[in-house]
Amino acid sequence: MDPVEITFLGLPGPLLLWIVSLAALGVFTRRSFRLVNLLRRARGEDRFDRIARRLQLFVTDVLGQRRLFDEPIGIAHFLFFWGFVFYAGTFLWSLVRGLIPTLPIPYPDEIGFVSLFLEIFGILVLIGIAAAVIRRVFFPPAHLERTLDAYVILSLISILMVSFLLGKGFGIAAAETVGEEPSPVGNLLASVIGGNPAFSSSSKGLVSLMWWIHMVTVLGFMAYLPYSKHLHLLASPFNVFFGNLRPAGDLGAAGSGEAVVAGASRWDEFTWRQLLNGFSCAECGRCDRACPAVNSGYPLSPKMIVHNVKVHLLEAGLAAEPAVSSEGNGGRSLIGEMISENELWSCTTCLSCMERCPVRNEHIPLIVQMRRYLVSRGAMDGLLQDTLSHLTRYGNSFGKSERMRARWTEGLDFKIKDTRREPVEFLWFVGDYASYNPGLQEITRITARIFDRAGLDFGIAYDGERNSGNDVRRIGEEGLFDMLREKNLGTLGKAGYRSIVTTDPHTYNALRNEYSLNMDSGGGNAGNKNGGPSVLHCTQLFDRLIADGKLSFRKELGYTVTYHDPCYLGRYNGVYEEPRRVLRALGLLLVEMPRHHARSYCCGAGGGRIWMEDQPGIEERPSENRVREAASTCGVNILVASCPKDISMFRDAVKTTGLEDKIEVKDLAELVWEALDEPRKEG
Amino acid sequence: MAGGILVVSEHLRLELADITFEMLGAGKKVADALGAPLYSVTIGENIAPLALSLGIADTVCVIDRPHLSMPSPDTIASLLKGFIEQKGISLTMIGGTNLSMGIGPLLSMKCQLPFINFCTALRVEEGTIVFTSQLFGGKILTDICLSDNRGIVSLYPGAFPPEGGRSERTAAHESVDIPVEESKIAFKRFIEPEAGDVDIARQDVLIAIGRGIQNQDNVKLAEELAEILGGVVCGSRPVIDQGWLPLSRQVGKSGKIVKPRLYLALGVSGAPEHIEGMQNSELIIPINTDPGAPIFGLAHFGVNEDIFDIVPPLIEAVKARKGDR
Amino acid sequence: MNIVVFLKMVPDVVEELEISSDEKSLDTEWLRMIISEPCEHALEQAILMKEAYGGRVTAIALESPEIDDVLYTALAKGADRAIKLPGDWSGISSPLEAQIYSTLVSEGIVGITDETLILTGSQAIDDLTGELGAYLAGMLDLPYIGVVTGVTVDTTSKQATVFKEFSGGLKGEFGVPLPAVLGIQAAEKPPRYVPVAKIRAMMKSIQYETRQVSPPAVSARFTAKKMFKREVTGRAEMLKGSPEEISNRIADILADRGLL
Repeated sequence: MDPVEITFLGLPGPLLLWIVSLAALGVFTRRSFRLVNLLRRARGEDRFDRIARRLQLFVTDVLGQRRLFDEPIGIAHFLFFWGFVFYAGTFLWSLVRGLIPTLPIPYPDEIGFVSLFLEIFGILVLIGIAAAVIRRVFFPPAHLERTLDAYVILSLISILMVSFLLGKGFGIAAAETVGEEPSPVGNLLASVIGGNPAFSSSSKGLVSLMWWIHMVTVLGFMAYLPYSKHLHLLASPFNVFFGNLRPAGDLGAAGSGEAVVAGASRWDEFTWRQLLNGFSCAECGRCDRACPAVNSGYPLSPKMIVHNVKVHLLEAGLAAEPAVSSEGNGGRSLIGEMISENELWSCTTCLSCMERCPVRNEHIPLIVQMRRYLVSRGAMDGLLQDTLSHLTRYGNSFGKSERMRARWTEGLDFKIKDTRREPVEFLWFVGDYASYNPGLQEITRITARIFDRAGLDFGIAYDGERNSGNDVRRIGEEGLFDMLREKNLGTLGKAGYRSIVTTDPHTYNALRNEYSLNMDSGGGNAGNKNGGPSVLHCTQLFDRLIADGKLSFRKELGYTVTYHDPCYLGRYNGVYEEPRRVLRALGLLLVEMPRHHARSYCCGAGGGRIWMEDQPGIEERPSENRVREAASTCGVNILVASCPKDISMFRDAVKTTGLEDKIEVKDLAELVWEALDEPRKEG
Repeated sequence: MAGGILVVSEHLRLELADITFEMLGAGKKVADALGAPLYSVTIGENIAPLALSLGIADTVCVIDRPHLSMPSPDTIASLLKGFIEQKGISLTMIGGTNLSMGIGPLLSMKCQLPFINFCTALRVEEGTIVFTSQLFGGKILTDICLSDNRGIVSLYPGAFPPEGGRSERTAAHESVDIPVEESKIAFKRFIEPEAGDVDIARQDVLIAIGRGIQNQDNVKLAEELAEILGGVVCGSRPVIDQGWLPLSRQVGKSGKIVKPRLYLALGVSGAPEHIEGMQNSELIIPINTDPGAPIFGLAHFGVNEDIFDIVPPLIEAVKARKGDR
Repeated sequence: MNIVVFLKMVPDVVEELEISSDEKSLDTEWLRMIISEPCEHALEQAILMKEAYGGRVTAIALESPEIDDVLYTALAKGADRAIKLPGDWSGISSPLEAQIYSTLVSEGIVGITDETLILTGSQAIDDLTGELGAYLAGMLDLPYIGVVTGVTVDTTSKQATVFKEFSGGLKGEFGVPLPAVLGIQAAEKPPRYVPVAKIRAMMKSIQYETRQVSPPAVSARFTAKKMFKREVTGRAEMLKGSPEEISNRIADILADRGLL
């Protein structure tokens, strides 16, 4: 029997189906077009390169659902996804057949193995739904929001599965072919139904009913989809396909020029890819769970940032005609009413959100784009303003003279080469904090002594070095970043060197990803000839020196330590193993903290936060949370870091948490030196 | 030098300011060295009684008139010009304070006499006065002489000891009659500072905090220390600007001038405006990670460490010491 | 309103200051000049008043190293006009500087009307000869108040209400008729931030004006005998040791002085 062949309200089934289908399709298409048009009116961004790589991402992240497996419920989502794909496929098949009943093709569930697959998936999905509902109702994780939308989708999926399975059961019962086809559920249901006279007589009608419920539900869902958060079903595959292929540490990817420098305070000042984030977001909250700001009680929530940009886009973009201004439109202002300035300034740019996001949303570029707007209006706290003025005038965030940059060398008993005067093999770009912060200068000197001991041919640029600008760019002061980069490139251009080594991961990130050094930078930079990186972090250099036998240790340090992966070294640039090899070479016993490698927890200094006034009422700062984690890691009494800001933040945190007796904070260089030399006899 | 030395006394709301005595002390030394008469003039309304404290001068004069309660700098300059001409004054001393801002240059123009600002020291060498003035917030000093010791000098507050200008003596009074036009500038009223809970200028023990305290939460630490020492927390301008302490707790040129028995400075670098407010404290102990902080220049004892390393054990040490009794 | 702001550059004390070999002036090798902080506030106050009352702001400065940045920044902040007076003015005294500025008025480059307010920083760290604002007021025969921290204007009666800071937080309110000269100590809001990109954009779009002025006749006012660096007295006894040792030492010192 053909389920589409019914008569309802005097109309034949196929006609009804055409009407409903066209109506649903119409609603869906109109809305989708409107949304796509909004994207077209936003700023441009080139995400159309390297198609092969993009396809590869699509396969692993969309088809493979790769990033979802970090949480157990991800398995359920994998099932939902593939179940949905399969059911969508068979739905289309059914729809075509239903619209054109004269087509000489069977319905999908009339084909044995297709039907079997549908049944198996149906059961698995229902189990998944059951798990999701039980979790949602009885064991909700703290972060879970029990929204109407969520229940709607769970119900819809259930209806689809149940209507199919019941339809199968009724079908077998009506045809009285129990046991003849490979349909375990269908057969089971049919035998139950068959034994019940009330059902068995109306089986045929019920088959049809189930089919129509199924089709109408899908059509209804299709019409509803672009109005709900389930738009992510459509948008996220594109989001992934058009994901960022450039290094995460390169914020210049979205282009430059006045438009970008001025930032965004309105939807059409973002790029289409930035706006696509909102449509792709399924509000799973992984970003929030990973975010140190959320964890510490700052007003920021990465999820809400993405959400609010979307809501603003819909409010302002779909309102009346092309929005001229966001004020007086009846629409709320994005920055100010929907997103507060405090939220925007709370971000440390640690990348945890983007590293977790299953649909590859890009929260940080959104935040930085809005920060650029705030900077263009001078809307920032006094301390940050002063710091930016210092950076502009003196090239460092401390407000000290440029000529003081190399004063830290005065404690050394040898002279470091001046790259302004002679060529070197390694140009050591020291960085602000390592140069100017009195508490950190000894570590810098130790690093110099290690290089010297290893017979390294190295030099520094002395007063020619400026802050690399990494955090300046993340604050949104693009013009100042340009200026600092220009000055540094000038200094580098005139120097002769093979490689650059730096002690600060922030510097490392900027030089590696935002300075275009591997391209034409002039001045004898032959770093890439051997294929090796021309920018190194000092931990990579230590690793190399150890491997080459240039550093041999007098003794093994028997401490039990844990290692903190700095955000800009690990998560951003993938340098995880070299520091660990060094630690092992020193004879240290390394125990990982629960959050290690890509899950390392930010110390809270990044994104310019170390230059901002602290917000009152924060219960526990990210750095305090992290040192507690280190102190409670079994057997560990040293927390090792390899970033000056980390050292500074963690040392403070150890004091404010009163953990001085439990844990000590050391730089990797200090441990290397200890193993090379006699323990320092401090007065 | 032919004429006399004039000290222009400074007062606010019928109280003589310390700077007046500082000037009198310095003026007396110079006048004695040169054998010149020392005059003082007090300009205002109902201020005649104030002149009684200025006995160290040889001659005390008063210009007391109804509309002179808060005269504009131009008015004072005009009056002083008349005085200088009438009494044959060679050197005029004014205070380098907010109150006197503008008088020096205006008087200089009216009398065509040079004006020296920021004077922190005076000496007489063979009949010539050598003025030492500070520049650039005190980093650089310069020695200056006036032709025939004729001119106007502004003394930097706190650079000279006020004790040098106090005396029980009664000086001779002379009357003075100088016409003056009414000023275009009208004084309307005083605006009182926020009612502070404490007057830091009357405290024996002050714990000062600067930018090094880092955030509002850490102010508690300073308060704990202050409490155990029987003192009060005060701060430098940046701390008040941030809102971590009320304006009544500001120490410095624009805040209060304090002279406590103990001034313990936590994370205060010592900008000149701040130093001006506390430089005469009896015992100054700064704690600062920056060994180059200017405040160490006038400290009695100094600690080049992190305040968060020192203050908690210090609180314990003081408690222990007090508990011993 | 017509607001004229005179911007003074002073040596930047962040750099170490050295005396030149003639012992009469600063060594210029590493010397950097920076806008005098009260003048920065004067400019901010001018812009705030333009925003409140409308009108034009003119920023004027003598040529000096790094003055270009200052003038472009002034334009980027909202000044309508910027004028640079070329020449080598290093070490110029306040009365001579005021004389130069007053010739701008007498030559009509700067107009004074009953809507004019002249602002400058209340005092600069190199004001050995006194406050520029007061000299300027004297030469232009205009009323003057220094240490100003707030100004409002009644544009109909052409009267300004000026707030002057005394000490200890005490302030005075004064009524001053326009035109007048005010020495600004602090603007009503901290000086605004202008992004580097905006200043660079200014450099490409607008030019400041240059006006030649003849140096005024130098009258030897006083003889500067010698300039020298203040000796760091180094009298502070630095306490060293562990935090416990240091704290005990401090407690000892306090006990000795009867402070415990």
